[in-house]
Amino acid sequence: MKPFNVFPYGSTINFMRLRMVSLIVAGALMFAAIGAIAINGFNFALDFTGGIGVELRMDKPVDIEVARDRLAKAGYSHAQVQTLGAGTDLLVRLQHEGKGGAEQAASVGEQVRKAVASPDNPATLRSSAEISAQVGKELAINGIWALVFVVVGFLIYISFRFQAKFAAAAIITTLHDVVVVVGWFALTGHEFNLTVLAGVLSVMGYSINDTIVVFDRVRENFRTMRAEPTAVLNASINQTLSRTVITSFVAFLTVLALYLFGGESLRGMAEAQIVGIVLGTLSSIFVACPLLLWFGTTKQDLMPKARDEAELARRP
Amino acid sequence: MLTYARWKYAVFLVVLLISALYALPNAFPQDPSIQVTATRGAPVDEALRKRVTDSLKTAGVPLKQAELVPQKNSLVVRLPNADVQVKAADTLRAQLGNDYVVALFLSTDVPDWLETIRAKPMFLGLDLQGGVHFLMQVDRAAALDKRVDGLADDIRTLLRDNEVVYDSVDRRPDNSIVANLRNPADAEKARQLIARSQPTLPLEVSGNTIVARIPQVQLDAMAVDAVEQNVTTLRNRVNQLGVAEPIVQRQGSDRVVVELPGVQDPGEAKRMIGATATLEYRAVVEGNAYDAIASGSIPAQARVYYRRELGPDGKRIPVLLNKRLIASGDQVEDAQPISDQQTGLPAVSVRLNSAGGQRMFDFTSENVDKPMAVVFIERLPETRIVDGKEVRSFRVDEQVISVANVNEPFGRQFQTTGLSRQEANDLSKLLKAGSLAAPMDFIEESVVGPSLGAENVERGLRAVLYSFSFALIFFLFYYRVFGLITCIALMLNLLMVVAVMSMFGATLSLPGLAGIALTVGMSVDANVLINERIREELRMGLPPQTAISEGYKHAAGTIADANLTAILAGVALYAFGTGPVKGFAVALIVGILTSMYTAVSVSRGLATLIYGGRRKVQTLWI
Repeated sequence: MKPFNVFPYGSTINFMRLRMVSLIVAGALMFAAIGAIAINGFNFALDFTGGIGVELRMDKPVDIEVARDRLAKAGYSHAQVQTLGAGTDLLVRLQHEGKGGAEQAASVGEQVRKAVASPDNPATLRSSAEISAQVGKELAINGIWALVFVVVGFLIYISFRFQAKFAAAAIITTLHDVVVVVGWFALTGHEFNLTVLAGVLSVMGYSINDTIVVFDRVRENFRTMRAEPTAVLNASINQTLSRTVITSFVAFLTVLALYLFGGESLRGMAEAQIVGIVLGTLSSIFVACPLLLWFGTTKQDLMPKARDEAELARRP
Repeated sequence: MLTYARWKYAVFLVVLLISALYALPNAFPQDPSIQVTATRGAPVDEALRKRVTDSLKTAGVPLKQAELVPQKNSLVVRLPNADVQVKAADTLRAQLGNDYVVALFLSTDVPDWLETIRAKPMFLGLDLQGGVHFLMQVDRAAALDKRVDGLADDIRTLLRDNEVVYDSVDRRPDNSIVANLRNPADAEKARQLIARSQPTLPLEVSGNTIVARIPQVQLDAMAVDAVEQNVTTLRNRVNQLGVAEPIVQRQGSDRVVVELPGVQDPGEAKRMIGATATLEYRAVVEGNAYDAIASGSIPAQARVYYRRELGPDGKRIPVLLNKRLIASGDQVEDAQPISDQQTGLPAVSVRLNSAGGQRMFDFTSENVDKPMAVVFIERLPETRIVDGKEVRSFRVDEQVISVANVNEPFGRQFQTTGLSRQEANDLSKLLKAGSLAAPMDFIEESVVGPSLGAENVERGLRAVLYSFSFALIFFLFYYRVFGLITCIALMLNLLMVVAVMSMFGATLSLPGLAGIALTVGMSVDANVLINERIREELRMGLPPQTAISEGYKHAAGTIADANLTAILAGVALYAFGTGPVKGFAVALIVGILTSMYTAVSVSRGLATLIYGGRRKVQTLWI
């Protein structure tokens, strides 16, 4: 009974031959992402900007322009209106307009509902939220702190379990993935909210996980194979290739299920993870390993240090 | 060698049993319900049940059942869906009046034996249940003002009681207190007195002044303490709203989160939670207030206040009151709205705590036939536009509601008039709940409708279900026997995540469900690593049983390294996230930990059961 597999075993693809190309592509992606962030900025959600968000459900689909006109007539001239999923669900976002704290989100919600509704197409208020911009500022700062915490944590753990060059390569790879995912949101102009931030941070988890699995095999092969670093890296990638493809495939389908069935509130998070899983998988092969080679990782890097020192001490 | 210790099987069985037990309560359906409890010893009996069901029928609200719960002395009405819950509550509130409290909550059918081992279903977050969420910011500066003023007041009292004559004891803007004594010779005595009563306060003496600088550490502690007191007060106030499972939590150093599941109208909740009305009792300083204001020579110990009612000239009537407090709302133990027996006017009957009562008694015994004033203080938010930007600030509104001569000494129990009926009702509730140690603003507010919550539950569960079933089908097909082992490990993993989250009383939110779905994706990784490694060992020509044990041995190290780094990311999310992100992080961390156990240990045990021991294994179905 032959095992069933998607990926031929014993593949000998020379990934390392492409190392210059793949690093240039990765660099270009990063550059493009940073450019998109610098030029477009983000479409920050209420979570970060503060303001009032009102979710409505209409009986019949409604034209966004019509809704916007009605809101303008009611005095909400700068309202952003978007449909959620079906054409019958609307999200109306308002900036605070000189009437902040004492104002009640619920009453604004009610006013917005009245403005958008018409006799032949009534609306029900599904949720409303009022968030101060100050909270948003803190969230952004906390996000950055979280990033710093993770990077330092990775650095310590991987240096301890592997070696400093591995830590550097893994962290650069992970940051590359995060920057590109964030850049994706800047480029598409999709809403960047709190759950997207959570998604981006969980991409870090996924990306590092994938990279570590490959590195683990690299470490093992460096210790057992007698070959050039290039050959060792190629062998490691090929040996873990079937696992990498299967895991990514299943994880990808998991988040696809979230994207398709999780509804509006999880869409952003799922989108970040979909992009992140594809990137995290590719980068563990095309970015992390070429970086290791570039940093000049050798067999000696992974040998226990004590022996060399003992050797030196014996010399007169 | 492919073996698996007996005790590990025992551990596995215990884990399975405990997980199943604690995950079980989540399987019972939760109904949107209404709880009716009596406030003033009104009867909760069959007659009430009939009254409730009849009034709901009349209002056209469908209901599942209404049952009496004797041990909680309440009546629980179960409803078919969340949409009618609010309507039912409104109907009953109008019908039952003030004798009963009507609260919304979710009731479950969890049997008693599960409750005795503390197995509870996960608490559903607002996004899954519907309700109101507030985030409030405590005004730290105001909190400190109040505390430092109190300290200055204590020092004044201390010096006076010990006959140290002083010109002034003032608080400076930098939160230091400066006492100017009449006589430099008293300085050392005063220093000793203050040091004895406030041992932690650093004092500097120069000539006839003593400067007390409160250390930063103490200022920070004061602020945190004020926030904590606010949390307690808010809890008391929320309890008066009749919400079944409210959450009131401190967040960071100066914020408070309030979540009221099931509440749909934030207006009333806000009025009750955010109200900052309180009372102060002060002595009236003799002298003509009009003259004092005109000449600008206000006595040192006095401040100008204004009466609530206007004078005959249509202007406010000034009154000079002592800067020293006799008693304030902070010291109120109990308060009831009543009608004054002689005049029939609305009044609040107040009972002070022992310290406040003692001060009140001391003051009234020394000041019979002298006037005492009651000040009603309210903090009103206002927004002004300055240079095109809105500036939020607060106006403190202080009105003297009554000035009356003290007829005879009194202590803890007395009554205060000069309020409207509504004010008397609200004020007594507020006084009873305790006053806020520091003023607060609402900086975030959100309402989620009940139908949206139900929809979110459905969506989240569907997403988890699809992702899960997909992974199971794939594994069965791809790895055959080991696929079956993997499936069992994955299912146990899901069961454990649910059990652990229920045990810790974690709140399940929509992102939390996403975290669980993602966990499935991540735990797939560990299983794939193992199975692929076993295939690899087989290809290298190892005999089946050795291949299995080698496969597990090699993969375990990889899994540990890969997952521990992913946990780091989860911990960061938890430490720096708020609300929804935290829920996601909890699900993720728990999921990774349980998946490490199930993938590495449990699945190995299962593989040993199938392929282990002395039997000859020819081929592996993998």
